[in-house]
Amino acid sequence: MLELNAMAAIAGRDLLKFFRDPGRLVAAVVFPFTMIFLLGGTLQLNLGKSAGFNFIGFAFTGFLGMTLFQSTAQGLTSLMEDRHNDFAQEVFVSPVSRYSIVFGKIVGETLVALVQVIPFVLFAWMLRVPLTPAHVALLVPVALLSCFMGGAFGLLLLNTMSDTRASNQIFNFVFLPQYFLAGMISPINVLPWYLAALSLLSPMRYVIDLARGVVFSGTPEYGRVVLLSPGINIAVLAAMFVVFMVAGTTLFVRRETSR
Amino acid sequence: MAPAIEVRNLVKRYRKGTVNAVDGVSFDVEQGQFFALLGPNGAGKTTTISILTTTLGLTSGSVRIAGHDVVREASAVRREVGIIFQSPSLDMNLTGEENIRFHAVLYRLYPYRPLYRLMPAAYRRQIRELAEVVGLGAEVFKPVRRLSGGMRRKLEIIRGLMHHPRVLFLDEPTSGLDTASRRNLWQYIAGLRKQRDITICLTTHQMDEAEDADSVCIIDHGRVVAIGAPHQVKSELVHETLHIDAADRGALRSRLHALNVPFSEDGHFVVRLDGRTAYEVVHSIDQPLTMLRTESATLEDAYLRLLAAEDA
Repeated sequence: MLELNAMAAIAGRDLLKFFRDPGRLVAAVVFPFTMIFLLGGTLQLNLGKSAGFNFIGFAFTGFLGMTLFQSTAQGLTSLMEDRHNDFAQEVFVSPVSRYSIVFGKIVGETLVALVQVIPFVLFAWMLRVPLTPAHVALLVPVALLSCFMGGAFGLLLLNTMSDTRASNQIFNFVFLPQYFLAGMISPINVLPWYLAALSLLSPMRYVIDLARGVVFSGTPEYGRVVLLSPGINIAVLAAMFVVFMVAGTTLFVRRETSR
Repeated sequence: MAPAIEVRNLVKRYRKGTVNAVDGVSFDVEQGQFFALLGPNGAGKTTTISILTTTLGLTSGSVRIAGHDVVREASAVRREVGIIFQSPSLDMNLTGEENIRFHAVLYRLYPYRPLYRLMPAAYRRQIRELAEVVGLGAEVFKPVRRLSGGMRRKLEIIRGLMHHPRVLFLDEPTSGLDTASRRNLWQYIAGLRKQRDITICLTTHQMDEAEDADSVCIIDHGRVVAIGAPHQVKSELVHETLHIDAADRGALRSRLHALNVPFSEDGHFVVRLDGRTAYEVVHSIDQPLTMLRTESATLEDAYLRLLAAEDA
């Protein structure tokens, strides 16, 4: 119970920081507007017919999965920023278990990511992506799983960084390639064998494919859009989550005291 | 009763280090003492404090805080210590009260509530009292970034004391503060020591801040080079002197030789007292003096002499 309180405080702080940052709030509206209205709309008009599926729905699920996964992952790397600002010292000298610190941080960044995708869902609904209440209800556990996956991935990344500069540079090396390997806005049904192999290693691929499995379920386009069944996606994500969490937390705790 | 701090042959070598950052340091601090750990930049002070507060692992040796081993009982140690870090550790995105609330929940004093008004009445009362004590008043509800450096330091101290620690670590607490804020902060800490039986472990570059310590430990290159009460360290390293002069310098010189006291001449006579009192020496001189003053050693004199000897 005491550890739950500490986790709630750590998570609450992240959410509070998000709502107090006008730049992040504006970005949370402008980014989905740009991606869904401008990019999704443009792609639908030019490629939708030849692709044979709803490109706005395709882009929506791509950006939804990417935002949930990447926002949580990058949020976890803010533990590095906290260390830089020396606020982490206050957390790390407290009698709270290191595991609770990590879980609290993942929960906090998950809440932030969930708030950030609300405008995505609203804009997609306005552009007539066929989202029923059942779709939205099913997207909630998918979103939670995607965030937890992002959190575990971010925790593992955190252990490879030495400073905040490294955390900024990691975007180019870790997230940007996944935009293409995970099929965020471009289909990856056909890939050369080496890219197909790399694609299978991308956690973002399974996050996005799971979201597409929900949004395109029951539509004739399902087979052209969705790569794997939701059951396989969930199993792969669950396995990756366990591996990343165990390795990430162990490395993190060891690194904190064995400098 | 176990010492508040017990350090035995502490050694720390960083993973990529080629020399020991802390190299066989040992000292004890009794409960309620004011202890100062002094040394130049890179001497190993912050490394030692980091190990004592469990944020850094040790290479060898042992450290016990309030009877708890820092390696095996890290969680118990964390409950017994409060820390004011060298660099401010407040979250600038939060208000003063939110920073304190965060700390209070992490230290299991109160359950977490997302809003101040939802926190237990006892917490709200404590916040009002603490805000009054340090002169923050309603400012405690303002974002930390709008508070002065001195106020932020006080806020960190009241936050560090919320859980009633037995040992309070102050790692260069006045760095970056102006003279008035420094004095104000030390007055507050002096008041705290009167109210509570709290052990204070201070690291500082400002030697005058350590003059009132019960015990000081000077470290350099990771090793202890002097330890003891400030007056002991000073008397071992720097001599108290008597500065005198007379119209008839020849007669005064002869008299000092006759008294067999060590002295030098620097435009006037500088007499090393070496345990004698200034009164004893002056009383033994029969001619009229044109100058009379004594010079007591400061901790800074002793510290600088010690470091110069180490470098030599």
